[in-house]
Amino acid sequence: MAVRDITLGQYFPGDSCIHRLDPRVKIVCALVYLVSLFVVRSFWVFGLCILFLAAVIILSGVPFRFISKGLKPVIFLIIITMLINVLFIRTGDPVLTIGKFYITNEGIYRALFMGLRLVLLIFGSSMLTLTTKPIELTDGMEKLLSPLSKIGLPAHELAMMMTIALRFIPTLLDETDKIMKAQTARGADFENGNLKEKAKALIPLLVPLFVSAFRIAGDLAMAMEARCYHGGKGRTRLHQMKLGRVDAVAAIVMVVYLGCVIASRYININIF
Amino acid sequence: MAEDAIISFKNVSFSYLQEEDGSAPVEKLALDDVSFDIQRGSFVAIVGSNGSGKSTLAKHMNALLLPTSGSVIVEGIDTITASDEAPWELRKKIGMVFQNPDNQLVSSIVEDDVAFGPENIGMPPEEIRKRVDESLKMVDMYEHRRKGPHLLSGGQKQRVAIAGVIAMDPDCVVFDEPTAMLDPRGRREIMAIIRKLHDQGDTVILITHFMEEAAEADRIIVMDQGKIAADAAPAEIFSKEDLGVLNVPFAVKLSAALRKAGFDIPAGTVTEEKLAEFLCR
Ligand SMILES: Nc1ncnc2c1ncn2[C@@H]1O[C@H](COP(=O)(O)OP(=O)(O)OP(=O)(O)O)[C@@H](O)[C@H]1O
Ligand SMILES: [Mg+2]
Repeated sequence: MAVRDITLGQYFPGDSCIHRLDPRVKIVCALVYLVSLFVVRSFWVFGLCILFLAAVIILSGVPFRFISKGLKPVIFLIIITMLINVLFIRTGDPVLTIGKFYITNEGIYRALFMGLRLVLLIFGSSMLTLTTKPIELTDGMEKLLSPLSKIGLPAHELAMMMTIALRFIPTLLDETDKIMKAQTARGADFENGNLKEKAKALIPLLVPLFVSAFRIAGDLAMAMEARCYHGGKGRTRLHQMKLGRVDAVAAIVMVVYLGCVIASRYININIF
Repeated sequence: MAEDAIISFKNVSFSYLQEEDGSAPVEKLALDDVSFDIQRGSFVAIVGSNGSGKSTLAKHMNALLLPTSGSVIVEGIDTITASDEAPWELRKKIGMVFQNPDNQLVSSIVEDDVAFGPENIGMPPEEIRKRVDESLKMVDMYEHRRKGPHLLSGGQKQRVAIAGVIAMDPDCVVFDEPTAMLDPRGRREIMAIIRKLHDQGDTVILITHFMEEAAEADRIIVMDQGKIAADAAPAEIFSKEDLGVLNVPFAVKLSAALRKAGFDIPAGTVTEEKLAEFLCR
């Protein structure tokens, strides 16, 4: 059945230096990159951001069409954001006037600027999820957040929840499929009708799905307890995360990059 | 308690609290004054009809449930004391495999899942690596170690679940209907692993509805309405008519028929292998 084919996350298998980076380093680098996009004030610095991302993409060996797939669900949002900028920014010189209505050069400039920033944000975060296995991401996140567990943040529990969610997405999809078939056999119709009817048709799907999710959760909790689970205390891990040479290089490159972006705010190059 | 008993039940009773809608919860007696010892290194099958208390009994062996009255002694320690302090110390000695393989795997990668138990008991990483590889090889799933469980068959998933338990190096493994959801081939594979575990010297407790599987044990305990209805060697259990014991295995029926026809089949020939071995001699 089709639901089985859904890939988890969007990991693109590979063995590049980007893939091999320690997940902790990769998460931090991605965050730094995303933040850097908000530090940028002029178009020419975006050139630097694009160059940097292009280098990462080439190194990772992930085909560009996989990366651009990430844009699809948000392209609408990006267009709206750009339109709002064009239509509502009133400062600057009018470049197009239709009756009382006008568009300014500043508006177009801001729209392009915002659009580019959003696209880079998506590409930047996609690069993290494309080159890191979901399970490595949760492990990395747990390690990064673990200092915060001293002030009460349940880092281990959050990571465990994500691990289990990843594990059970295919199971629950299968379950959904099974229930849908069973209810269709009983005369339920999930395909036809208007929005309200469709929403109503979901009830005989959701109720059994919740019941079975709770049953699975109960079974799993019992099995985990039987396998000695007792929280994160005293727990060791099979995969030890070790920082290597690539990680050091990545850290240095990132610091230099961030330095350049920040410095650009104080240097005036008047191209635009 | 016998010298070398690994698990010992002493007058154990257990009631579930059943919540009825609206009214006060009622007690449902699931185990009724049960006493028995399990010898170290033995292979014991537990059979009985649905709701006779087999799973409830099993869950007492690793302190998932604690007796309402009486006591369960595992490796010389009362489970009530053990669960007060560190139940995982007991659970790493008494592993448990459940019926539904899907609902007992935790991680989306096979080897990470097998590592889950050893990680919980704080095993050093190199040791975990060694145990994970050994266990996966033992259940013949080593080449699938990097796959996701959703890509495996039911039998393969159950083998991974077994690997996850034996990776903790338990002294005893309790199987609660491990083959109930599998096809005949999956069942054979699981039984082969159970036999292998027993041959290695582990204590094995197998709850099952399949009499062919129970016949392979050294001893069968028959449960009925929370009580032990019979507790004897397979040959003896299958010879008792009054127990209404479910389906007598084919090999037992055949031996009986052959005996009637004048063949000298030894008592205790309850599995097809043993019968074949005898007939081919
Ligand atoms: N969580 C529970 N709450 C209330 N009653 C329960 C619960 N679990 C089991 N029971 C009841 O306890 C009795 C024994 O159940 P148990 O699951 O031990 O039977 P079983 O022999 O394992 O049956 P099966 O062959 O179906 O697995 C049954 O009557 C059952 O209804
Ligand atoms: Mg049961």
